[in-house]
Amino acid sequence: MQPDQHVVVIGNGIAGITLAQRLRARSDCRITIVSSESALHISRPALMYVYMGHMRQQDITPYPDWYWKEKKIELVHDLVLSIDFDQKALKLQNGAFLAYDQLVLATGSSAVYYNWPGQHLKGVQALISLQDLELMQQQTIGIKQAVIVGGGLIGIEMAEMLQSKGVEVTMLVREKLYWSTNLPEQEAKLVTQHILNCGIDLCLQDEVTEIVGDEKGNVRAVKTKSGVELPCQFTGIATGVKPNIAFLKNTALEIDKGIMVNHFFETSIPDVFAIGDCAQFKDPAPGEPALEQLWYTGRQHGEALSAILTGTRNAYHRGPWFNSAKFLNIEYQTYGFVPRHWDDLIYSSLYWEHPVKTKAIRLFYERESGILKGINLLGIRFRHDLCHHWLQEKYTIHQVMEQLPAVNFDTEFFQRYEPELLKQYYQQYPDRQEPARQHTWWKLRHRLSLFSEKSDNN
Amino acid sequence: MVTTATNKLYLYFKYLGYTLLAISALCFLTTITGGNTINPVVWGMSGIGLLILGGLIAIVCSRLPKHVAHQNNGLWQKDLTSRGISAWALGILLTGFYILLYWFPETLQGLIVALEPFSQWLRNKPSDQWFLYGTFYTLAVMLMGVYALLKYRNNRYHLIRTCSVIFFQLGFAFILPGLLLAFNQPEFYFSYFWPLKYDYLFPSTVGYLIDNGQALGVFMVFWGAVLSFLATPVLTYFYGKRWYCSWVCGCGGLAETAGDPYRHLSDKSKKAWQWEVAIIYPILGFVIITTLLLWINSWSGGSLFGDLSGGFSRSYGFFIGSIFSGVVGVGFYPIMGNRVWCRFGCPMAAYLGILQKHFSRFRITTNGGQCISCGNCSTYCEMGIDVRWYAQQGEPIIRSSCVGCGICAHVCPRGVLKLENGPREGRYHGTTLIEREAVTILS
Ligand SMILES: Cc1cc2nc3c(=O)[nH]c(=O)nc-3n(C[C@H](O)[C@H](O)[C@H](O)COP(=O)(O)OP(=O)(O)OC[C@H]3O[C@@H](n4cnc5c(N)ncnc54)[C@H](O)[C@@H]3O)c2cc1C
Ligand code: SF4
Ligand code: SF4
Repeated sequence: MQPDQHVVVIGNGIAGITLAQRLRARSDCRITIVSSESALHISRPALMYVYMGHMRQQDITPYPDWYWKEKKIELVHDLVLSIDFDQKALKLQNGAFLAYDQLVLATGSSAVYYNWPGQHLKGVQALISLQDLELMQQQTIGIKQAVIVGGGLIGIEMAEMLQSKGVEVTMLVREKLYWSTNLPEQEAKLVTQHILNCGIDLCLQDEVTEIVGDEKGNVRAVKTKSGVELPCQFTGIATGVKPNIAFLKNTALEIDKGIMVNHFFETSIPDVFAIGDCAQFKDPAPGEPALEQLWYTGRQHGEALSAILTGTRNAYHRGPWFNSAKFLNIEYQTYGFVPRHWDDLIYSSLYWEHPVKTKAIRLFYERESGILKGINLLGIRFRHDLCHHWLQEKYTIHQVMEQLPAVNFDTEFFQRYEPELLKQYYQQYPDRQEPARQHTWWKLRHRLSLFSEKSDNN
Repeated sequence: MVTTATNKLYLYFKYLGYTLLAISALCFLTTITGGNTINPVVWGMSGIGLLILGGLIAIVCSRLPKHVAHQNNGLWQKDLTSRGISAWALGILLTGFYILLYWFPETLQGLIVALEPFSQWLRNKPSDQWFLYGTFYTLAVMLMGVYALLKYRNNRYHLIRTCSVIFFQLGFAFILPGLLLAFNQPEFYFSYFWPLKYDYLFPSTVGYLIDNGQALGVFMVFWGAVLSFLATPVLTYFYGKRWYCSWVCGCGGLAETAGDPYRHLSDKSKKAWQWEVAIIYPILGFVIITTLLLWINSWSGGSLFGDLSGGFSRSYGFFIGSIFSGVVGVGFYPIMGNRVWCRFGCPMAAYLGILQKHFSRFRITTNGGQCISCGNCSTYCEMGIDVRWYAQQGEPIIRSSCVGCGICAHVCPRGVLKLENGPREGRYHGTTLIEREAVTILS
């Protein structure tokens, strides 16, 4: 890319800033990031820790001011009202116009509401942005009870936040168990039990019908389908997110749920690209989602587009899926794909669970070929690099078991549970021999080249 | 399940604990100011008893009801842990105590007398201001050790490490030196070495130990030299700086226990790092040069450097030993964080740091592409290391200042960090799952 080109990015979330950083590493072009939420990039997943008082707002800002100056990346703290795609210019709220040569839309997402009666009452809100966080801090001062609508990852975060302030929390979950839209039953049961043990109430298989207010317009209770009325002074909405594309409606840009892109992040308009939460793939690969709304995928989109913009026109290929979260005290990691239920004739899994039900491991694989499909971990950490390698190289469960002792990433002195899993495995496959030599992580890392030579650590 | 009723009970007991602590403070005040009108032993020992009892009750009742992920709740919102007025008040109180202890010990006479029977019993020697200091220091490590054990109760690394620092403080830095005195041997701290205890390798100390301790004295000199020049590089090669800084050292022990509520206050700015490098290595250099000069002087038998040893001990002891490690290092815990001395001043840390950075198997591995840049690790790094900087790029953290406390790994909500020892080959290599960039932070 030529130095005289001006790349403008809308949105300073992980997708937008990764793109800008990687582009800077590859090119001297002019780069401007316009974003309205905050002057500097913040870590969205860290919002909860500011509320709980573990950190201040400046602590969740991964790069200080001087960094952007040093990188010559211009930051504009403003809202983009509209885009003139013909003139290649953005209209900002402060009245100014900003011209671009290449435009990258990385506008992220906002909360989904389902038009419940009373959803505009005071004390009813979602948690996506910094402004939501500030609002939540004001709206929850001195309250006693709260209801969280939706049993997903943001829902449990909101519940934990409120609990940290001594608020009694009830979560309304449509399914039979917490997050059972994603977790197999055993994992979902374990997590559900843990949430209850931590003192958060769960209303399972129930839904909101109405949010009730008092005469001052503050939320007073939540009514559910089963006819219960849950008194509360705060209602958290955590029923999913949708791309931020309202300001792009009725333009030439092709949109659906999100901004339509191909695997080069090209939109329907030349020189306009979209990445991160707001992008929707036109033709996702089978089994892969059209919208990838994660921190990690946002970063990967940014990396991939920076290469594409600087002339390495490789289609984006995500590679093995991974994600992680935390359910109160239980860390969760997943690699590859573990569905919530499966056909026992086609798939099988090795599953181990700690008797006190705070830890679990599942290795999920194809019965016939033995090929590993996915891993679920609760309260146990595995090495991402090795799991990625297994999935990428289509290891069979038998090959995986040979390297299993090397995969653990738990803190030193922690009890190791891989032997339990191995025991199960040898019971199921009695004709398999234990490998003569144990692989250590360091040997494998070296042998399989699971490292990047480059090191800027100084 | 923790019900509201039990929570209330915990709360009442917590207030009971605070009340006992307040009474204990009154007892100490009476001991100090009471003069001849009161019995200092009765008042002082009651103060200590109430301090232990009240402290334990308050600690247990504030830590136990909270589950592990909630232990840091409100740290940046409470006055006492976010440089509020009460934090300043505590800082001034601690600093004041150090000033009295170092320069006006006679004002603490009441407390010193209060410990007389205990000192006679343990050391067979009269109590003095340093015995007073040692007693309170050890008490602080033990009481706040309970705090750390409860706070990190799901993490074996921290349980073992905390027990280790309590053991070394109580056994090696308090009881053993006391017993040595009781048996008319030279007072010696087996858990402190040159260059932290710079004078342990000064000719004068060596001479004193050998003359006064005979065989045991020779052993002490031998022990000190072996630990400084052999054990330190070997242990640091295998385990990194942490074997000493967060497992053995008394300064580290206090920082990891009593200082734990203040670890997030460390300065993470680039400026702070520049200061760190600019101060700590010259201090190490100063200790090395002085030690060498003293030995040259002693071997040449000459009066080449005259009273250098005394002069050194006086000036270094005053500026570094007293002001830096005591007054600023501990007195300013509530304002500047718990490792100011370890980070900016300690010559042992500088020595270990060089070894850790260049001749060690230790590193903190970051787990592939899992970092969400939340910043918990950097916030809770007591050494002010921007751990997130490395983690979000998938690079191992190998920093000379890292004391291996392991708290960054503990607070990380995604389990991204792991302290480990592995082959030195490829130690700096990161993951292939994140693209990386070159930025020099220390420019
Ligand atoms: C509470 C919470 C917790 C989460 N936790 C996790 C987690 O643990 N792991 C995980 O993988 N993912 C997590 N996510 C999801 C993850 O944060 C998102 O997927 C990710 O931040 C998306 O990044 P992005 O760059 O696409 O968009 P965003 O981070 O949303 O950034 C978009 C930015 O663009 C700005 N913008 C939008 N429109 C305009 C306009 N017209 N003009 C100017 N600026 C505009 C927005 O204000 C916003 O700042 C979490 C999300 C939330 C809300
Ligand atoms: S980097 Fe981690 S282990 Fe090292 S000193 Fe900081 S918090 Fe402790
Ligand atoms: S605490 Fe963990 S997830 Fe957060 S910035 Fe540090 S390494 Fe990354």
